[in-house]
Amino acid sequence: MSKETTASAPDLPAEVQGWLGQKRYEQEGEFDVERGYVFTTCASVENGNPLFWDEKAAGEITGGWIAPPTMLSVWFRPHFWAPGRTAVAQPLQVHFDLKEKLALPEAIMTDNTMVFREPVRPGDRLRTWQVLRSVSEPKRTKLGLGRFWVIDVEYVNQRGEPVGTETYTGFGYRREA
Amino acid sequence: MGAAKLTLERVKAGQALPELAYDVTATTVVLGALASRDWRPMHHDKDFAQQRNGVRDIFLNTPNQAAWFERYLTDWSGPHGRLARMRFRMRDSVFPGDRMVLRGTVEQVAVDDTGCGFAEVAVKLSVGDRTCTECTARIALPRAEGDNPWTRKDLDWKP
Repeated sequence: MSKETTASAPDLPAEVQGWLGQKRYEQEGEFDVERGYVFTTCASVENGNPLFWDEKAAGEITGGWIAPPTMLSVWFRPHFWAPGRTAVAQPLQVHFDLKEKLALPEAIMTDNTMVFREPVRPGDRLRTWQVLRSVSEPKRTKLGLGRFWVIDVEYVNQRGEPVGTETYTGFGYRREA
Repeated sequence: MGAAKLTLERVKAGQALPELAYDVTATTVVLGALASRDWRPMHHDKDFAQQRNGVRDIFLNTPNQAAWFERYLTDWSGPHGRLARMRFRMRDSVFPGDRMVLRGTVEQVAVDDTGCGFAEVAVKLSVGDRTCTECTARIALPRAEGDNPWTRKDLDWKP
């Protein structure tokens, strides 16, 4: 978890400079944490951990069903379509804002750190927000010329208890011929 | 399903975790993307992946790789193992047709100031001689039969 906002490149647009250290895009999940997605995730990696499949084990060990800790971001990925939505909703919006404002059409995630606190349980309705921590000076990699940035994503449950933090390092770039 | 308990006293630095090998297909990639609600085309549209990302095929997404690492670690620890922290760095992509192999090693075993036992584990996901993703994880393990890291809350849980 990156709580410090580090010095960033001085040539950044003022608008991007203003995002550093700011809590942005606070939102509640579109739906409750639910077991259907837990099963789909477990099936995708053949995870037979009894905490997700065996009610007796879940009751004895975790005091009831929980979701796999690494599913934190899943609960905030928007539906691909929803009535009345006119633009494609993006998870990790700060990342996409940076791509747009810095005119870097391609991007990849290079590092991801996840810290897990209170367990997430079916029926929870989580809240999240994003904080931009740093943006590098332009750098050239084998992918192209671009910048690295670090974004923290905080998650809490409906009681305000922290359930986890994700820290992403992204690299936005323009491909070179 | 059993609930085997791996206790901290049975874990030593340098110990290797059992290897996990898996043949990745297009279904693996697409199922993993849908399971993580990731609708971005590079995880289901081969033409997009080739033309926009400049890679040979669709590839495993980040959240699903996290799910693979979690499964690998808790296969070893059993259900009493409680993930505290995970960091991973993607160096190369995992494509359909790849046989991915996860290998892990315990780097450190420690007890924190609340009395919680942790193992620090380094895991490498590779395809042939390509290292695709490197992961380090901190996982709490019971110190003895009666211990259960999942009962820890607030100041007694320092991930």
